[in-house]
Amino acid sequence: MKFTKEHEWAKLEGDIVTIGITDYAAHQLGDVVFVELPSVGSKVTMGKTFGTIESVKTVSDLYAPVGGEVVEVNEGLEGNPAMVNESPMDAGWIVKIKVADAKEFDSLLSEADYKKICE
Amino acid sequence: MNKTPLCAVHEKLGARMIDFSGWYMPVQYSSIIEEHNAVREGAGLFDLFHMGEFWMTGPDALKNVQKIVTQDAEALSDRQIAYSPMCRPDGTIVDDLLVYRWNAEKFLLVVNASNIDKDFNWMKSQLEGDVKFTNESAKTGLIAIQGPKAEAVLQKLTRQRLKPIKFYWFTTGKVVGVDCIISRTGYTGEEGFELYYDAEHSETLWNALMEAGKDVDIKPIGLGARDTLRLEARLMLYGNDIHDSTTPIEANLNWTVKFNKGAFNGSDVLKKQKDQGVSKTLVGFELAKGPAARHGYPIVKDGSVVGEVTSGTMAPTLKKNIGLGYVPPALSAIGTVIDIEIRGKNYPATIIETPFYTRARS
Repeated sequence: MKFTKEHEWAKLEGDIVTIGITDYAAHQLGDVVFVELPSVGSKVTMGKTFGTIESVKTVSDLYAPVGGEVVEVNEGLEGNPAMVNESPMDAGWIVKIKVADAKEFDSLLSEADYKKICE
Repeated sequence: MNKTPLCAVHEKLGARMIDFSGWYMPVQYSSIIEEHNAVREGAGLFDLFHMGEFWMTGPDALKNVQKIVTQDAEALSDRQIAYSPMCRPDGTIVDDLLVYRWNAEKFLLVVNASNIDKDFNWMKSQLEGDVKFTNESAKTGLIAIQGPKAEAVLQKLTRQRLKPIKFYWFTTGKVVGVDCIISRTGYTGEEGFELYYDAEHSETLWNALMEAGKDVDIKPIGLGARDTLRLEARLMLYGNDIHDSTTPIEANLNWTVKFNKGAFNGSDVLKKQKDQGVSKTLVGFELAKGPAARHGYPIVKDGSVVGEVTSGTMAPTLKKNIGLGYVPPALSAIGTVIDIEIRGKNYPATIIETPFYTRARS
Protein backbone atom coordinates (compact mmCIF):
# COMPACT_ATOMS: atom_id res chain seq x y z
CA MET A 1 0.00 0.00 0.00
CA LYS A 2 1.22 3.49 -0.90
CA PHE A 3 0.20 6.97 0.20
CA THR A 4 0.02 10.57 -0.99
CA LYS A 5 0.65 13.84 0.76
CA GLU A 6 -3.04 14.62 0.13
CA HIS A 7 -3.78 11.84 2.64
CA GLU A 8 -4.96 9.18 0.25
CA TRP A 9 -3.97 5.55 0.15
CA ALA A 10 -3.57 3.42 -2.95
CA LYS A 11 -3.40 -0.36 -3.17
CA LEU A 12 -2.23 -2.10 -6.33
CA GLU A 13 -3.64 -5.49 -7.33
CA GLY A 14 -2.74 -6.53 -10.87
CA ASP A 15 -3.23 -3.32 -12.84
CA ILE A 16 -6.08 -2.05 -10.64
CA VAL A 17 -5.39 0.57 -7.96
CA THR A 18 -7.97 0.92 -5.17
CA ILE A 19 -8.06 4.40 -3.64
CA GLY A 20 -9.38 5.80 -0.40
CA ILE A 21 -8.55 8.37 2.25
CA THR A 22 -6.38 7.55 5.25
CA ASP A 23 -7.46 7.09 8.87
CA TYR A 24 -5.73 10.37 9.62
CA ALA A 25 -7.68 12.21 6.89
CA ALA A 26 -11.01 10.67 7.93
CA HIS A 27 -10.40 11.76 11.50
CA GLN A 28 -9.39 15.26 10.47
CA LEU A 29 -12.44 15.67 8.21
CA GLY A 30 -14.95 14.49 10.77
CA ASP A 31 -18.39 13.14 9.85
CA VAL A 32 -18.45 12.55 6.10
CA VAL A 33 -21.87 13.41 4.65
CA PHE A 34 -21.29 13.23 0.89
CA VAL A 35 -18.78 11.83 -1.57
CA GLU A 36 -18.94 13.05 -5.15
CA LEU A 37 -17.77 10.11 -7.24
CA PRO A 38 -16.50 10.16 -10.83
CA SER A 39 -18.37 8.13 -13.43
CA VAL A 40 -17.16 4.69 -14.35
CA GLY A 41 -15.20 4.89 -17.60
CA SER A 42 -13.94 8.42 -16.98
CA LYS A 43 -10.23 9.15 -17.18
CA VAL A 44 -8.26 10.61 -14.31
CA THR A 45 -4.80 12.19 -14.24
CA MET A 46 -2.23 11.77 -11.50
CA GLY A 47 -2.37 14.70 -9.07
CA LYS A 48 -5.61 16.11 -10.52
CA THR A 49 -8.95 16.18 -8.71
CA PHE A 50 -11.43 13.43 -9.52
CA GLY A 51 -14.13 14.12 -6.92
CA THR A 52 -14.93 15.80 -3.64
CA ILE A 53 -15.59 14.66 -0.13
CA GLU A 54 -17.73 16.67 2.26
CA SER A 55 -17.92 16.56 6.00
CA VAL A 56 -20.47 18.53 8.02
CA LYS A 57 -18.00 21.38 8.21
CA THR A 58 -15.84 21.29 5.08
CA VAL A 59 -15.44 20.29 1.45
CA SER A 60 -12.18 18.70 0.28
CA ASP A 61 -11.01 17.74 -3.18
CA LEU A 62 -9.97 14.17 -3.92
CA TYR A 63 -6.74 13.88 -5.93
CA ALA A 64 -5.93 10.93 -8.14
CA PRO A 65 -2.76 9.21 -6.84
CA VAL A 66 -2.31 7.64 -10.29
CA GLY A 67 -3.67 8.26 -13.76
CA GLY A 68 -5.91 5.84 -15.62
CA GLU A 69 -9.51 4.83 -16.16
CA VAL A 70 -12.12 4.58 -13.41
CA VAL A 71 -13.33 0.97 -13.49
CA GLU A 72 -15.44 0.92 -10.33
CA VAL A 73 -16.74 3.35 -7.71
CA ASN A 74 -17.93 2.53 -4.20
CA GLU A 75 -21.66 2.96 -4.72
CA GLY A 76 -22.32 2.10 -1.09
CA LEU A 77 -21.03 5.56 -0.16
CA GLU A 78 -24.03 7.15 -1.83
CA GLY A 79 -26.41 5.83 0.83
CA ASN A 80 -23.86 5.58 3.62
CA PRO A 81 -21.06 8.16 3.30
CA ALA A 82 -20.24 7.62 7.00
CA MET A 83 -18.57 4.38 5.91
CA VAL A 84 -15.54 6.57 5.12
CA ASN A 85 -15.27 7.36 8.85
CA GLU A 86 -16.06 3.86 10.03
CA SER A 87 -13.66 2.05 7.75
CA PRO A 88 -11.56 4.50 5.73
CA MET A 89 -8.89 1.97 4.79
CA ASP A 90 -11.23 -0.86 3.82
CA ALA A 91 -15.03 -0.77 3.30
CA GLY A 92 -14.82 3.02 2.88
CA TRP A 93 -12.69 2.81 -0.29
CA ILE A 94 -13.68 5.33 -2.95
CA VAL A 95 -12.67 4.33 -6.49
CA LYS A 96 -10.78 1.70 -8.44
CA ILE A 97 -8.59 2.87 -11.29
CA LYS A 98 -7.04 0.81 -14.05
CA VAL A 99 -3.55 2.24 -13.88
CA ALA A 100 -2.06 3.52 -17.14
CA ASP A 101 1.56 3.74 -16.01
CA ALA A 102 2.74 1.52 -13.13
CA LYS A 103 5.69 3.86 -12.51
CA GLU A 104 3.24 6.43 -11.14
CA PHE A 105 2.24 4.00 -8.40
CA ASP A 106 5.88 3.26 -7.55
CA SER A 107 6.55 6.98 -7.09
CA LEU A 108 3.98 7.33 -4.26
CA LEU A 109 4.96 7.60 -0.59
CA SER A 110 5.80 4.60 1.56
CA GLU A 111 3.89 4.16 4.81
CA ALA A 112 6.91 5.34 6.82
CA ASP A 113 7.27 8.51 4.73
CA TYR A 114 3.54 9.21 4.94
CA LYS A 115 3.57 8.86 8.72
CA LYS A 116 6.24 11.54 8.91
CA ILE A 117 3.88 13.95 7.13
CA CYS A 118 1.15 13.32 9.68
CA GLU A 119 3.33 14.08 12.68
CA MET B 1 -4.85 34.48 19.85
CA ASN B 2 -7.34 35.00 22.69
CA LYS B 3 -7.84 32.04 24.99
CA THR B 4 -10.75 31.09 27.21
CA PRO B 5 -10.13 30.12 30.86
CA LEU B 6 -11.30 26.62 29.85
CA CYS B 7 -8.75 26.19 27.08
CA ALA B 8 -6.75 23.50 28.94
CA VAL B 9 -9.99 21.67 29.78
CA HIS B 10 -10.97 21.52 26.10
CA GLU B 11 -7.54 20.25 25.10
CA LYS B 12 -7.71 17.57 27.78
CA LEU B 13 -11.12 16.51 26.46
CA GLY B 14 -9.47 15.95 23.08
CA ALA B 15 -11.07 18.91 21.32
CA ARG B 16 -9.84 20.03 17.94
CA MET B 17 -9.10 23.72 18.43
CA ILE B 18 -9.38 26.37 15.72
CA ASP B 19 -8.95 30.09 15.29
CA PHE B 20 -12.48 31.50 15.45
CA SER B 21 -12.20 35.22 14.69
CA GLY B 22 -9.16 35.57 16.90
CA TRP B 23 -10.27 33.07 19.56
CA TYR B 24 -8.67 29.68 20.17
CA MET B 25 -11.88 27.64 20.40
CA PRO B 26 -13.01 24.01 20.28
CA VAL B 27 -14.68 23.17 16.95
CA GLN B 28 -15.44 19.56 17.87
CA TYR B 29 -14.62 17.07 20.59
CA SER B 30 -15.89 13.75 19.21
CA SER B 31 -18.07 14.18 16.13
CA ILE B 32 -20.26 17.09 15.09
CA ILE B 33 -23.21 14.77 14.49
CA GLU B 34 -22.80 13.06 17.87
CA GLU B 35 -22.55 16.40 19.65
CA HIS B 36 -25.55 17.77 17.74
CA ASN B 37 -27.65 14.75 18.70
CA ALA B 38 -26.57 14.99 22.35
CA VAL B 39 -28.12 18.48 22.52
CA ARG B 40 -31.32 17.39 20.75
CA GLU B 41 -31.76 14.29 22.91
CA GLY B 42 -29.94 14.85 26.21
CA ALA B 43 -27.69 17.69 27.24
CA GLY B 44 -24.64 19.53 25.94
CA LEU B 45 -22.25 22.04 27.45
CA PHE B 46 -20.82 25.06 25.60
CA ASP B 47 -17.97 27.33 26.64
CA LEU B 48 -18.97 30.77 25.34
CA PHE B 49 -16.45 32.89 27.19
CA HIS B 50 -15.62 34.65 23.92
CA MET B 51 -19.01 36.40 23.75
CA GLY B 52 -19.06 40.07 24.72
CA GLU B 53 -20.84 41.46 27.78
CA PHE B 54 -21.53 45.19 28.09
CA TRP B 55 -23.33 46.95 30.92
CA MET B 56 -25.39 50.08 30.49
CA THR B 57 -26.46 51.74 33.73
CA GLY B 58 -27.74 55.09 34.94
CA PRO B 59 -30.85 57.28 34.76
CA ASP B 60 -30.75 57.42 30.93
CA ALA B 61 -29.96 53.74 30.34
CA LEU B 62 -33.40 52.84 28.99
CA LYS B 63 -33.49 55.85 26.67
CA ASN B 64 -30.14 54.84 25.19
CA VAL B 65 -31.03 51.17 24.77
CA GLN B 66 -34.25 52.22 23.05
CA LYS B 67 -32.33 54.31 20.55
CA ILE B 68 -29.67 51.66 19.86
CA VAL B 69 -31.70 48.47 19.41
CA THR B 70 -34.79 47.74 17.30
CA GLN B 71 -36.62 45.84 20.06
CA ASP B 72 -38.72 47.63 22.66
CA ALA B 73 -36.81 47.55 25.96
CA GLU B 74 -39.54 49.58 27.65
CA ALA B 75 -42.06 46.83 26.98
CA LEU B 76 -39.79 44.30 28.69
CA SER B 77 -40.47 43.45 32.31
CA ASP B 78 -37.58 43.55 34.74
CA ARG B 79 -35.66 40.24 34.41
CA GLN B 80 -36.91 39.71 30.89
CA ILE B 81 -34.66 39.34 27.82
CA ALA B 82 -35.07 40.35 24.18
CA TYR B 83 -33.18 39.21 21.10
CA SER B 84 -32.56 42.30 19.00
CA PRO B 85 -30.69 43.60 15.98
CA MET B 86 -28.73 46.81 16.49
CA CYS B 87 -28.90 49.04 13.43
CA ARG B 88 -27.22 52.08 12.00
CA PRO B 89 -29.41 55.01 10.91
CA ASP B 90 -29.41 53.49 7.38
CA GLY B 91 -31.00 50.31 8.75
CA THR B 92 -27.97 48.04 8.26
CA ILE B 93 -27.11 45.72 11.12
CA VAL B 94 -24.10 46.45 13.36
CA ASP B 95 -24.73 43.24 15.30
CA ASP B 96 -27.47 41.12 16.85
CA LEU B 97 -27.53 40.86 20.62
CA LEU B 98 -29.40 39.88 23.75
CA VAL B 99 -30.81 42.68 25.90
CA TYR B 100 -31.16 41.78 29.59
CA ARG B 101 -33.30 44.22 31.54
CA TRP B 102 -32.67 44.44 35.30
CA ASN B 103 -34.68 47.61 35.51
CA ALA B 104 -34.99 50.85 33.56
CA GLU B 105 -31.55 51.93 34.81
CA LYS B 106 -29.60 48.70 34.35
CA PHE B 107 -29.11 46.56 31.24
CA LEU B 108 -26.74 43.78 30.22
CA LEU B 109 -26.07 43.61 26.47
CA VAL B 110 -24.54 40.40 25.10
CA VAL B 111 -22.85 40.69 21.72
CA ASN B 112 -20.95 38.47 19.27
CA ALA B 113 -17.27 37.80 19.98
CA SER B 114 -16.12 38.95 16.56
CA ASN B 115 -17.88 42.30 17.01
CA ILE B 116 -16.89 43.30 20.55
CA ASP B 117 -14.70 46.27 19.60
CA LYS B 118 -16.91 47.39 16.73
CA ASP B 119 -20.04 47.24 18.88
CA PHE B 120 -18.50 48.93 21.89
CA ASN B 121 -17.23 51.84 19.81
CA TRP B 122 -20.51 52.12 17.94
CA MET B 123 -22.64 52.13 21.08
CA LYS B 124 -20.31 54.56 22.81
CA SER B 125 -20.64 56.96 19.88
CA GLN B 126 -24.44 56.82 20.26
CA LEU B 127 -24.71 57.54 23.98
CA GLU B 128 -26.63 60.55 25.25
CA GLY B 129 -27.31 61.86 28.74
CA ASP B 130 -26.50 60.34 32.11
CA VAL B 131 -25.36 56.80 31.42
CA LYS B 132 -22.41 54.60 32.29
CA PHE B 133 -21.28 52.09 29.67
CA THR B 134 -18.65 49.40 30.34
CA ASN B 135 -17.19 46.37 28.59
CA GLU B 136 -16.93 43.49 31.08
CA SER B 137 -16.23 40.78 28.47
CA ALA B 138 -12.74 39.89 29.72
CA LYS B 139 -13.92 38.94 33.21
CA THR B 140 -17.34 37.51 32.41
CA GLY B 141 -17.61 33.77 31.89
CA LEU B 142 -20.47 32.25 29.92
CA ILE B 143 -21.40 28.58 29.83
CA ALA B 144 -24.51 27.28 28.10
CA ILE B 145 -26.20 24.01 29.01
CA GLN B 146 -28.66 23.01 26.32
CA GLY B 147 -30.96 20.09 25.65
CA PRO B 148 -34.14 18.48 26.99
CA LYS B 149 -32.19 17.24 30.07
CA ALA B 150 -30.44 20.56 30.73
CA GLU B 151 -32.86 21.77 33.39
CA ALA B 152 -32.66 18.53 35.40
CA VAL B 153 -28.86 18.62 35.34
CA LEU B 154 -28.58 22.29 36.33
CA GLN B 155 -31.23 21.93 39.04
CA LYS B 156 -28.99 19.47 40.88
CA LEU B 157 -26.45 22.26 41.38
CA THR B 158 -28.61 25.17 42.51
CA ARG B 159 -31.28 25.90 45.11
CA GLN B 160 -32.77 28.48 42.78
CA ARG B 161 -35.92 26.92 41.34
CA LEU B 162 -35.52 26.72 37.56
CA LYS B 163 -38.98 25.58 36.49
CA PRO B 164 -40.63 29.03 37.01
CA ILE B 165 -38.06 30.78 34.79
CA LYS B 166 -39.80 31.29 31.47
CA PHE B 167 -38.15 31.28 28.04
CA TYR B 168 -36.18 34.53 27.61
CA TRP B 169 -36.33 35.41 31.32
CA PHE B 170 -33.52 35.29 33.85
CA THR B 171 -32.82 35.23 37.55
CA THR B 172 -29.70 35.34 39.70
CA GLY B 173 -28.50 32.72 42.12
CA LYS B 174 -25.69 30.45 43.17
CA VAL B 175 -24.70 27.41 41.14
CA VAL B 176 -22.27 25.22 43.12
CA GLY B 177 -21.57 28.29 45.23
CA VAL B 178 -20.77 30.54 42.23
CA ASP B 179 -22.89 33.67 41.75
CA CYS B 180 -24.58 33.39 38.35
CA ILE B 181 -27.04 35.08 36.10
CA ILE B 182 -29.26 32.14 35.17
CA SER B 183 -30.91 32.80 31.84
CA ARG B 184 -33.34 30.56 29.98
CA THR B 185 -31.88 31.29 26.55
CA GLY B 186 -29.75 29.55 23.97
CA TYR B 187 -28.63 29.27 20.38
CA THR B 188 -29.69 25.72 19.61
CA GLY B 189 -33.47 25.67 19.20
CA GLU B 190 -33.56 23.47 22.29
CA GLU B 191 -34.51 23.93 25.95
CA GLY B 192 -31.67 25.18 28.09
CA PHE B 193 -29.88 27.80 30.11
CA GLU B 194 -26.98 30.20 29.83
CA LEU B 195 -24.95 31.07 32.93
CA TYR B 196 -22.93 34.29 33.30
CA TYR B 197 -20.43 34.45 36.14
CA ASP B 198 -17.03 35.74 37.19
CA ALA B 199 -14.68 34.02 34.73
CA GLU B 200 -12.29 32.86 37.45
CA HIS B 201 -14.88 30.23 38.43
CA SER B 202 -15.00 28.71 34.93
CA GLU B 203 -13.43 25.36 35.80
CA THR B 204 -15.53 24.95 38.96
CA LEU B 205 -18.76 25.42 37.02
CA TRP B 206 -17.74 23.44 33.95
CA ASN B 207 -16.54 20.44 35.96
CA ALA B 208 -19.60 20.45 38.22
CA LEU B 209 -21.95 20.52 35.21
CA MET B 210 -20.06 17.74 33.43
CA GLU B 211 -20.20 15.64 36.61
CA ALA B 212 -23.90 16.36 37.27
CA GLY B 213 -24.70 15.46 33.67
CA LYS B 214 -22.96 12.10 33.70
CA ASP B 215 -26.19 10.14 34.11
CA VAL B 216 -27.68 11.76 30.99
CA ASP B 217 -24.40 11.37 29.10
CA ILE B 218 -23.82 15.12 28.83
CA LYS B 219 -21.30 16.08 26.14
CA PRO B 220 -19.10 19.11 25.57
CA ILE B 221 -20.19 20.79 22.33
CA GLY B 222 -17.90 22.55 19.86
CA LEU B 223 -18.53 25.34 17.40
CA GLY B 224 -19.26 22.84 14.62
CA ALA B 225 -22.40 21.47 16.25
CA ARG B 226 -23.29 24.92 17.56
CA ASP B 227 -23.59 25.97 13.92
CA THR B 228 -25.71 23.01 12.76
CA LEU B 229 -27.98 23.36 15.82
CA ARG B 230 -28.59 27.07 15.33
CA LEU B 231 -29.13 26.72 11.58
CA GLU B 232 -31.81 24.03 11.99
CA ALA B 233 -33.58 26.50 14.30
CA ARG B 234 -33.02 29.36 11.80
CA LEU B 235 -31.10 31.42 14.30
CA MET B 236 -29.02 34.10 12.60
CA LEU B 237 -25.24 33.96 12.38
CA TYR B 238 -23.78 37.44 12.21
CA GLY B 239 -21.27 37.69 9.38
CA ASN B 240 -23.23 35.12 7.33
CA ASP B 241 -27.00 35.60 7.37
CA ILE B 242 -26.95 39.17 8.60
CA HIS B 243 -24.08 41.61 8.29
CA ASP B 244 -23.05 45.20 7.69
CA SER B 245 -25.08 45.50 4.49
CA THR B 246 -28.34 43.73 5.40
CA THR B 247 -31.31 45.04 7.39
CA PRO B 248 -33.63 43.21 9.81
CA ILE B 249 -36.52 43.59 7.33
CA GLU B 250 -34.47 41.94 4.57
CA ALA B 251 -33.52 39.19 7.02
CA ASN B 252 -37.19 38.58 7.85
CA LEU B 253 -36.65 39.64 11.44
CA ASN B 254 -39.69 41.94 11.37
CA TRP B 255 -40.83 40.58 14.74
CA THR B 256 -37.76 42.18 16.34
CA VAL B 257 -38.44 45.66 14.95
CA LYS B 258 -40.86 47.62 17.14
CA PHE B 259 -41.96 50.73 15.23
CA ASN B 260 -44.55 51.74 17.82
CA LYS B 261 -41.86 52.56 20.41
CA GLY B 262 -40.95 55.80 18.62
CA ALA B 263 -37.87 56.76 16.60
CA PHE B 264 -34.70 54.66 16.92
CA ASN B 265 -31.56 54.07 14.85
CA GLY B 266 -32.74 52.91 11.45
CA SER B 267 -36.47 53.31 12.09
CA ASP B 268 -37.12 55.53 9.04
CA VAL B 269 -35.38 53.24 6.56
CA LEU B 270 -36.81 50.08 8.10
CA LYS B 271 -40.36 51.49 8.07
CA LYS B 272 -39.97 52.35 4.42
CA GLN B 273 -38.72 48.85 3.66
CA LYS B 274 -41.58 47.31 5.58
CA ASP B 275 -44.18 49.45 3.74
CA GLN B 276 -42.67 49.57 0.27
CA GLY B 277 -40.85 46.27 0.12
CA VAL B 278 -37.26 45.12 -0.13
CA SER B 279 -35.07 44.04 -3.03
CA LYS B 280 -33.84 40.87 -1.29
CA THR B 281 -35.29 38.65 1.38
CA LEU B 282 -33.81 35.83 3.46
CA VAL B 283 -35.41 32.44 2.78
CA GLY B 284 -34.82 28.87 3.87
CA PHE B 285 -34.43 26.08 1.35
CA GLU B 286 -33.99 22.36 1.16
CA LEU B 287 -31.79 20.55 -1.34
CA ALA B 288 -32.28 17.09 -2.74
CA LYS B 289 -29.74 14.42 -1.85
CA GLY B 290 -26.21 15.30 -2.88
CA PRO B 291 -23.70 17.94 -1.96
CA ALA B 292 -24.52 20.52 0.71
CA ALA B 293 -25.06 24.22 0.03
CA ARG B 294 -22.43 26.39 1.69
CA HIS B 295 -21.90 30.03 2.55
CA GLY B 296 -21.25 32.06 -0.61
CA TYR B 297 -22.62 29.63 -3.20
CA PRO B 298 -24.71 31.35 -5.91
CA ILE B 299 -28.49 30.98 -6.02
CA VAL B 300 -29.63 30.64 -9.63
CA LYS B 301 -33.02 30.91 -11.34
CA ASP B 302 -33.49 30.17 -15.07
CA GLY B 303 -29.74 30.33 -15.60
CA SER B 304 -29.01 33.68 -13.93
CA VAL B 305 -27.61 34.36 -10.50
CA VAL B 306 -30.34 35.89 -8.31
CA GLY B 307 -28.81 35.61 -4.85
CA GLU B 308 -26.37 33.95 -2.54
CA VAL B 309 -26.38 31.23 0.10
CA THR B 310 -25.58 32.69 3.53
CA SER B 311 -25.50 29.43 5.53
CA GLY B 312 -25.87 25.79 4.58
CA THR B 313 -25.26 22.38 6.01
CA MET B 314 -26.33 18.79 6.15
CA ALA B 315 -28.84 19.00 9.00
CA PRO B 316 -28.16 16.13 11.41
CA THR B 317 -31.63 16.07 13.02
CA LEU B 318 -33.56 16.50 9.77
CA LYS B 319 -31.11 14.34 7.81
CA LYS B 320 -31.25 16.56 4.75
CA ASN B 321 -29.36 19.47 3.23
CA ILE B 322 -30.71 22.85 4.29
CA GLY B 323 -29.67 26.44 3.84
CA LEU B 324 -30.51 30.11 4.06
CA GLY B 325 -29.99 32.70 1.39
CA TYR B 326 -31.14 36.00 -0.03
CA VAL B 327 -33.41 36.00 -3.10
CA PRO B 328 -35.61 38.64 -4.75
CA PRO B 329 -39.07 38.72 -3.08
CA ALA B 330 -40.69 37.41 -6.29
CA LEU B 331 -38.84 34.13 -5.75
CA SER B 332 -39.47 33.84 -2.03
CA ALA B 333 -42.80 31.98 -1.93
CA ILE B 334 -42.86 28.60 -0.20
CA GLY B 335 -42.55 25.90 -2.83
CA THR B 336 -40.56 27.97 -5.30
CA VAL B 337 -37.83 25.93 -6.95
CA ILE B 338 -34.42 27.57 -7.35
CA ASP B 339 -30.99 26.18 -8.18
CA ILE B 340 -27.91 26.26 -6.00
CA GLU B 341 -24.67 26.38 -7.96
CA ILE B 342 -22.21 23.98 -6.36
CA ARG B 343 -18.76 23.72 -7.93
CA GLY B 344 -20.05 24.79 -11.32
CA LYS B 345 -23.14 22.54 -11.36
CA ASN B 346 -26.74 23.51 -10.58
CA TYR B 347 -28.70 21.51 -8.01
CA PRO B 348 -32.45 22.14 -7.54
CA ALA B 349 -33.62 23.41 -4.15
CA THR B 350 -37.09 24.19 -2.83
CA ILE B 351 -37.97 27.12 -0.61
CA ILE B 352 -39.55 25.79 2.57
CA GLU B 353 -40.98 27.08 5.85
CA THR B 354 -38.55 27.98 8.60
CA PRO B 355 -37.48 27.27 11.28
CA PHE B 356 -36.43 23.98 9.73
CA TYR B 357 -36.57 22.40 13.20
CA THR B 358 -38.86 23.27 16.11
CA ARG B 359 -38.59 21.37 19.38
CA ALA B 360 -41.66 19.52 20.56
CA ARG B 361 -43.08 21.64 23.41
CA SER B 362 -43.54 19.75 26.63
